[in-house]
Amino acid sequence: MASAPPSIRVPASSVRQRLRSDSRFWIGLSTLGIIILIALFARFLAPYDPNAQLDISSLHSQAPSLAHPMGTDTFSRDVLSRLIYGAQISLTISLAAVAIAMTFGTLVGAVAGYLGGVIDAILMRLVDAASSIPTLLLLIVVIALWDEIGVVFLTLLIAGVAWFTVSRLVRAETLAVRDADFIVAARALGMPSWRILARHVLPNVVGPAIVAATLAIGNVILLEAGLSYLGIGVRPPTASWGSIIQEGAERVSDLWWLTLFPGLAILVTVFACNALGDALRDALDPRQLLASLGDETVQHTR
Amino acid sequence: MTSPLLELDNLHTFFYTDTGVARAVDGVSFHVGAGETVGVVGESGCGKSVTALSILRLIRAPGRVEQGSAIRFEGKDLLGLSEREMQRIRGNRIAMVFQEPMTALNPVFTVGDQIAEVARIHANMSKKDAAVKAVEMLRLVGIPAPEQRATEYPHQLSGGMRQRVVIAMALVMNPALVIADEPTTALDVTIQAQILELLADLTKRLGTSILLITHDLGVVAENCSRVIVMYAGEVVEEAATVDLFARAHHPYTEGLLGAMPRVGGTAERLATIPGTVPPPTNWPDGCRFRERCMYAWERCATEHPPLYQIGGGHTSRCHLAVEPERRAHPHTPIAAAIGASAA
Repeated sequence: MASAPPSIRVPASSVRQRLRSDSRFWIGLSTLGIIILIALFARFLAPYDPNAQLDISSLHSQAPSLAHPMGTDTFSRDVLSRLIYGAQISLTISLAAVAIAMTFGTLVGAVAGYLGGVIDAILMRLVDAASSIPTLLLLIVVIALWDEIGVVFLTLLIAGVAWFTVSRLVRAETLAVRDADFIVAARALGMPSWRILARHVLPNVVGPAIVAATLAIGNVILLEAGLSYLGIGVRPPTASWGSIIQEGAERVSDLWWLTLFPGLAILVTVFACNALGDALRDALDPRQLLASLGDETVQHTR
Repeated sequence: MTSPLLELDNLHTFFYTDTGVARAVDGVSFHVGAGETVGVVGESGCGKSVTALSILRLIRAPGRVEQGSAIRFEGKDLLGLSEREMQRIRGNRIAMVFQEPMTALNPVFTVGDQIAEVARIHANMSKKDAAVKAVEMLRLVGIPAPEQRATEYPHQLSGGMRQRVVIAMALVMNPALVIADEPTTALDVTIQAQILELLADLTKRLGTSILLITHDLGVVAENCSRVIVMYAGEVVEEAATVDLFARAHHPYTEGLLGAMPRVGGTAERLATIPGTVPPPTNWPDGCRFRERCMYAWERCATEHPPLYQIGGGHTSRCHLAVEPERRAHPHTPIAAAIGASAA
């Protein structure tokens, strides 16, 4: 072998290095970064006040034009400005809710799956019971109890209904990993349960959880939209992507720009998250490396 | 006589399954002396691996080591220890080498990290010292360019290399006993000999005892001073290796020896033992090998044979020990007759 095989150049903690060479990572990260920057600097980027009714009699329901690139809504508000400001609320709520749901769901799923027995049975029956309550019904109860809820509570509420899926998924993965030889080997080497869970089980189950989380971001943005429609969550006239879509949903045939642009914003965000999630999953799983390096490595492993 | 390093006394490990109680290990007693290499042989499903896992108390529900069993190691009764105390023994005083080096290593950590982890847990080493120790262990098990290899992931190594890594992990703490469960079964034939040689060489140097679990009598012949033959959850014969090969007593052991290929052998076909190990949920009454045995007579159907002493530490669970004249009249075993009529 004249040149050193590529596998030799992959250092121990090369997760970062693998991410660096993954175009999906860069596409996802830069797209999401741009959206976050837009949200952060909404004040400077938005051409109009998002809640200002510019001219209710002559400027309402305008199709996209140079003055209003994404048109105006039925209240004569500039859709582009609302979209830019809406990113703040939508991103904050969905990213925070997904982060909470993923952390909590992963912990519950991994503990239930690894310990098994009574603890597993109790935790999973709890999840079954909780997820058997229809989301809508739960939300109606929340509306009945509280007139108005803050962004923090809204985030917790969304996380509260989103973590079941993650915990189920992680539990199933954990069950598959739990009886793997290397877990038995870790036990045979005298490792305490918590250490096996943290070091040997979690890294092997976190991949699917990350993928699920990136997919969940899309759902969560839509859930937030549904909540806005029901009058909890983001209250008019405050803009969120969901609330803009909800307001435009009834006029989708003639005022198409009200739903198309926020829809595209959600699409791009979800796409960016998925690309990022795929790249992360592959980077965290060195087995994937083998395929990407090709023949030379195969030769080398012999 | 000083007490042996490891002593199993009447070990029973049962699994409570939907189809009944599987008596996977059903009254096993044997010992391993300090520095000794003892072989445990038998077919799949005869309780070898469950015995090994029972020693380390790694049996999980629905399995359980039953009351009345005792496992003494370095003077302690392992079954009476807390889980915490047991963790200090696993990987430290007793280590295990597994069959499948492909899957016995965690795919998401480098092999260096995995070896270092053992040192960190049991010797409280700093990260840096443990990493140095890992490289040292890799060198000890004969892996070339150990500094380099320590930074690689399991999938980047060949099967033989991986098994060397597993052995390195087992030997980090210089344990008193290594349990090797079919350590070479998953490897290429050419690599098998190397791995066994390595294990024998290192343990001799370090004074480690080995409990070598295998179905390969050839492996036993080359490595072990004493052999325990297991069948259907029981010890059926125990003897010094030389003695066993020269004077196998139990018909099952005879069958295993007959099924072994030999250089210069004249038989055109290898002998086989008809039938299979019965299911552990339903061991037959009397002798458990009866249906596959070519000497079985009425007594074997009604009376469960004890382990007979047949001299010089050689024991056999076969009534032939008291009625040796029966050996002169072999017949077709029931299992073979059933097999023939079914075919």
